[in-house]
Amino acid sequence: MSVIINILIVITITVGVVFTAVTTIGILRFPDVYTRAHAASKSATLGVMSILLGVFIHFWYNEGLFSIQLLLGIIFLFVTSPIGGHLMSRAAYMAGVKPTELTVGDDLKEVVEKARKESGSLKSEDQ
Amino acid sequence: MAFQILLNVFIAVTWMFMTSSFSASTFVIGYLIGLTLLFLTRRFFKSRLYFWKLWAALKLTLLFLKELTLSNISVFMLVIRPKLNLQPMFFALPTELEHDWEITLLSSLITLTPGTIVVNVSDDQRTLYIHALDVDDVDEAIESIKNSFEKAIMEVSRG
Repeated sequence: MSVIINILIVITITVGVVFTAVTTIGILRFPDVYTRAHAASKSATLGVMSILLGVFIHFWYNEGLFSIQLLLGIIFLFVTSPIGGHLMSRAAYMAGVKPTELTVGDDLKEVVEKARKESGSLKSEDQ
Repeated sequence: MAFQILLNVFIAVTWMFMTSSFSASTFVIGYLIGLTLLFLTRRFFKSRLYFWKLWAALKLTLLFLKELTLSNISVFMLVIRPKLNLQPMFFALPTELEHDWEITLLSSLITLTPGTIVVNVSDDQRTLYIHALDVDDVDEAIESIKNSFEKAIMEVSRG
């Protein structure tokens, strides 16, 4: 039993470190802000969550310390990080950052342009 | 739904008073009896019984964890590939969800599954604009999100 739990701890922490490394490589390699936001906001979340889970299991099983704070940390990370990724990419888009050349389609462009035109010509509050 | 849970707790507390033993195990037994009573009287409730909703929420969580793992692995494969051939794309996803919290939940789930980020929610809340990392087929991507997450969220909220 102890061996299985220790293997589980090693696996979760390894997975966490690997995904954190993937995040870093992704940020370095990806071409534009949106694709980087993918790497930064998600693989990092899963990586850190996985590490926290490993730490939680380690302290629970090997040290006999049931740490609620770690679980809360996992939940908070889980709730806040997608919002962070969403806000970053939305702010970038609204500020007019161009997506990379590779981008094959853009459904959002016309909507944003239309909204911008409307707010430019008349101050519409209902938009 | 909240009313049903409250009723169930009330039945459990009544059971504790009837047996005059105030321990956690008595509460659990009373709660189970309450579940049975709620199930027997289910046609008097307007909405669905709440434990079906809990079951649907559990299924949604499991589905989400599965998708999270699978798509993280796919991003991992994408990143370590020597030649970076991405096909990023912004596409529109029409949604049938109505309540604010459903849309928030859907967009959080979409954002957390790698390969997709919600960039914008349209003003009438009928369309989500999603940035995808690597799209071969837009319709397929839309279909898969619609069939998995949207359906599961509807399962939780409806009825």
